[in-house]
Amino acid sequence: MSSHIAPKSLYYAIFLALMVLTGATVGVTYIDIGPLNLLIAMGIAVVKAVLVILYFMHVRWSDRLTQLTIVTAFAFFGVLVAFTLSDYFGRGVLGVAGR
Amino acid sequence: MWAFLTTEVLFFGGMFMAYILYRTWYPDGWLAASYHLDVPLGAFNTAVLIGSSLTMALAVHAAQEGRRNQIVTFLLLTILLGGVFLGVKVIEYTDKFTHHLVPGPHFMFDGPFAQQAQIFFSVYFAMTGMHALHMVIGIGLLTWLTIAAWKGRFSREYNTPVENVGLYWHFVDIVWIFLFPLLYLVGHH
Repeated sequence: MSSHIAPKSLYYAIFLALMVLTGATVGVTYIDIGPLNLLIAMGIAVVKAVLVILYFMHVRWSDRLTQLTIVTAFAFFGVLVAFTLSDYFGRGVLGVAGR
Repeated sequence: MWAFLTTEVLFFGGMFMAYILYRTWYPDGWLAASYHLDVPLGAFNTAVLIGSSLTMALAVHAAQEGRRNQIVTFLLLTILLGGVFLGVKVIEYTDKFTHHLVPGPHFMFDGPFAQQAQIFFSVYFAMTGMHALHMVIGIGLLTWLTIAAWKGRFSREYNTPVENVGLYWHFVDIVWIFLFPLLYLVGHH
């Protein structure tokens, strides 16, 4: 598959970044900033996930088809969430009989 | 392997969907219930799992270079860290059973949001339980890899199994990266 060999130092650097971000996630919960808390926590989690995918999973050096497959997976999760929420929160909007 | 992981994204995605919906419906219960989770333990486990992803990445790196002893060493370290993670999970689950926080007839929760909290714990056990099962399967795969690596089956030319188990292991790590803030860090501490 991927013939690219990344230097070990890169893995250690990514590990360090992930640990710092984990610390930041925990730290930010001790500051009360209302709805921003969730936003920041999720933002950090997404950054961490992207780091793992790109570097630990070598996706940065993978072929286009592999990269597209991964994007598609998350895109379909997006579809799942969008349609489910539009159903649940769209109930009763039109007042359809027999709902 | 990536095709399989795509199905895994949507498998866990269904549970994340349930989480999103119930959290939107029952923010109060979510807040009250989340306080019963041990943040230091969760943070420790997050660090352990990220560490295991590092050792896994280094095992794949060793496989790419065809260094037999290094592959075995890093695989064993990955198994060890995975074991530590599951050990902490055992402690946490025991605590939930002791405090009657397991959904069912013996569920007990003080406060006005008991019903909502029970739903939180249902989601908690579904997600962390499924994650832990993936860890157990992963440790099984790693054990098989370690034996194969010890026998010298992997080389510069042939190391696909190491790489694929690596991808699986990192995926499980990513799931936890989201589970930790969503379950342990719901509210202000």
